Amino acid sequence: MSNLNKIKRRVVTNAENKSFWKAAGQGQLMVGFCNACGQNHYYPRSMCPICYSTDTGLKETSGLGQIYSFAVTRQADPPYIIAYVTLDEGVTMLTNIVDCDAGALCIGQRVRVHFVEAEDGCAIPMFTPL
Amino acid sequence: MSIRGKAFIAGIYEHPCRGAADKTLAQLHAEIAKAALADAGLSMGDVDAYFCAGDAPGLGPLNMIEYLGLQNVRHMDSTETGGSSYLVHVNHAAQAIAAGHCNIALITLAGRPLADAKEGKSGRFHNTEAPDFPFEAPFGANVANMYAMCAKRHMHEFGTTSEQLAWIKVAASHHAQYNENARLRNIVTVDEVLASPMIADPLHRLDCCVITDGGGGLVVVSEAVARGLRRPLVKVLGAGEAPKHLSAGRVDLTFSGARWSGLKAFEEAGVTAKDIKYASIYDSFTITVLETIEDLGFCEKGAGGRFVSDGNLISGVGRLPFNTDGGGLCNNHPGNRGGMTKVIEAVRQVRGEAHPRVQVPDCDIALAHGTGGLLGSRMGSATLVLGHQDA
Repeated sequence: MSNLNKIKRRVVTNAENKSFWKAAGQGQLMVGFCNACGQNHYYPRSMCPICYSTDTGLKETSGLGQIYSFAVTRQADPPYIIAYVTLDEGVTMLTNIVDCDAGALCIGQRVRVHFVEAEDGCAIPMFTPL
Repeated sequence: MSIRGKAFIAGIYEHPCRGAADKTLAQLHAEIAKAALADAGLSMGDVDAYFCAGDAPGLGPLNMIEYLGLQNVRHMDSTETGGSSYLVHVNHAAQAIAAGHCNIALITLAGRPLADAKEGKSGRFHNTEAPDFPFEAPFGANVANMYAMCAKRHMHEFGTTSEQLAWIKVAASHHAQYNENARLRNIVTVDEVLASPMIADPLHRLDCCVITDGGGGLVVVSEAVARGLRRPLVKVLGAGEAPKHLSAGRVDLTFSGARWSGLKAFEEAGVTAKDIKYASIYDSFTITVLETIEDLGFCEKGAGGRFVSDGNLISGVGRLPFNTDGGGLCNNHPGNRGGMTKVIEAVRQVRGEAHPRVQVPDCDIALAHGTGGLLGSRMGSATLVLGHQDA
């Protein structure tokens, strides 16, 4: 399946998420981390959604995980694969699976982050099978 | 405070149109308001509470109360939980009536997504300020593929099959054949569902609901008002509402908020799933129905595929007659919001006014369930248990 270069993708950045997207531009996949409770969260936010502390930041991940679920979006041209990937760090994120044989994909499959450049220059964290 | 028995649904109206290119959004709301009140034997001047959701234009109640010319409103509510909003409105109206804030509540829904698309209008709910938006939109998240991932995971964990999901559409189509207003009236088979084009694996086109213009309305009244009307009384026995979300990344797509809203509604009504003679189940996609049926306790989690098979949802054939109007899968999904029509058909069933070919005999207790938002991310679930006046 293609790497989505033909599909227009744009990232809405704001004060709360710009550090996530900046790190992505440097090839790092981050998750939200709370210094108070020590738990990861996704998507990252300024107040921890688990313990409500505002002592939060980002934590770099291994960029490795496994497919929780996925769907080939057939009506798009070209078709693309949307997926939830559970990172080794324990949180599950929405993403795309790219550079793969759609017919061979399965839930539980190991994947690694692969940044794809969006129309606006942002790096979007997608995944490819290991 | 329990709402059990405090409020009655006295008026219903489902707009017969399925395309509304010649009508404005406000106009549809007005036609629906007048007709729902007429069904109850009431009029605009009687309304003292007005409810609408995000489908209404402008600031909702403010613009609509003025447009409709309502003069006696002393309670208003614009709760927005997507397609389930109207079930939540019934709950809130019953609460307001029980608290003495109002006696005659009007709830309206209208939408014209087909007409809007032709006119080049789109994305009324495309809110880039939503905090999740930047983490979902770049991946091409849309309604179909977000539901498809739920189906895929359910299949993975429980062995659910596409054939089983297809039975849900088949059952809806058997009911829709008797509804002259239904968008799709033809009976389909499991094979036809499986042969329809794949939209987002594993959901085929016939696993998806229709898109229609139109809408519907409800009138919820106090017991004192209800007793003076000449319509069959449909009592609100219990209600529950619950959000479900992605829980900071602890994602489980195999269940819906119905797990919580249903529990609350059953508890308040003092009944269980076994007591339900008819169920309106939100059917944006076949998988929505399957997960909801499990979460409401009609069968065990994971057993939904077997439960819905072999016509078990067909009125007169199976154990749980569902969506006897044809549901969102075949009849109507006005404004991409199917909650209103779910309540309307449940009321028809309790009244004994469903089409004779799909009317459930002695339907003294019915359920309606709505799912707003996305099963694959965040949703507002709402459940109502409705009953005959003696229930």
